[in-house]
Amino acid sequence: MSQQVLDQIVKRFSDSVLSTHAHRGDETVVLHRNALVAVVQFLRDDPQMAFNFCVDITAVDLSAMPDYVGPRFEVVYHFHSLSHKHRIRLKVPLEEADLELDSLSHLYGGANWFEREVWDMFGVRFRNSPDHRRILLYEEFVGHPLRKDYPQRGYQPLIDMPTLPRPDEELPPLASEDL
Amino acid sequence: MTHANEPLTALDTLPKAIETDPGIPDELRNNVYTSKVAAVVNWARKNSFFQYPFVTACCGMEFMSAAASHYDIARFGAEVPRFTPRQADVLFVVGTVTHKNAPILKRVYDQMCDPKWVVAFGVCASTGGFYDNYATVPGIDHIVPVDVYIPGCPPRPEQVMDAILYLQEKVQRQAANLR
Ligand code: SF4
Repeated sequence: MSQQVLDQIVKRFSDSVLSTHAHRGDETVVLHRNALVAVVQFLRDDPQMAFNFCVDITAVDLSAMPDYVGPRFEVVYHFHSLSHKHRIRLKVPLEEADLELDSLSHLYGGANWFEREVWDMFGVRFRNSPDHRRILLYEEFVGHPLRKDYPQRGYQPLIDMPTLPRPDEELPPLASEDL
Repeated sequence: MTHANEPLTALDTLPKAIETDPGIPDELRNNVYTSKVAAVVNWARKNSFFQYPFVTACCGMEFMSAAASHYDIARFGAEVPRFTPRQADVLFVVGTVTHKNAPILKRVYDQMCDPKWVVAFGVCASTGGFYDNYATVPGIDHIVPVDVYIPGCPPRPEQVMDAILYLQEKVQRQAANLR
């Protein structure tokens, strides 16, 4: 990661940067969603930045975090520059009532699959996405399973399975001699 | 399933009457054997398993190792994989089966001709393993009937060979279905 990159983003986009932190080389910028495309475009095209690799896009459901107040979701981006060997992380907080964000597919072709995964697992919509289908689960699936309120055993079988345990069925606790 | 006290072989199951019956002419003694059709048919079936490997996950690596020449399961007549279920009689389900995959497994099983048997290879196929979540079927026996379960994550080749021997014993004991 790179402190210099973080400083540049803060300098150029001070209106949109909500906060930053850098813990042991883990530079992170928390951004307002409206600035996302502009910031990423700058990170990709500026020769000092040259972030040519979109490593990962994922999301976090913060609703189960103790004592947390604030937007329920956070979409997290990781970028890497293969020429400058530096990295940066962007986070975009999103309210549950308005889970929409601009797609980065026109900047990084690979972003589309990550965005489809975030849609599949968390239900975040990406504006102007060229392909917005689920990527891992099946079309018939209802809901978004990595949300903290989705039941762990919320099976949605595609074929008849009468013996399947019900989602609310508790398994017997492990006896200590089993361990 | 448990081992019987004495393992069965086809010759054990052949009636001895012809050797002891005084009415049998000498030319036939030791040249002609009589048996039950079921014993002979099952003996042939158990020594020529054609497997269909339904490989979905990491257990596949161990399956390849067990099926390759080093462990030589040709000794048990079970070395030939068929990649169409219509030519196979043992379905090896090797790895994690998800709800997305379940209809495919069901269809592969339905396409196999009788007589057919199913081996659950590894804890994922047997019980879902440690994937206790919305995506994974907690054991393929919710989809198809299973004859032999092989524990292990993944199982060692010795366990696989043991399972083939168990299955052979089971086949020898069952009523021959001559369809
Ligand atoms: S039992 Fe273990 S090795 Fe086999 S598929 Fe499951 S996780 Fe992989």
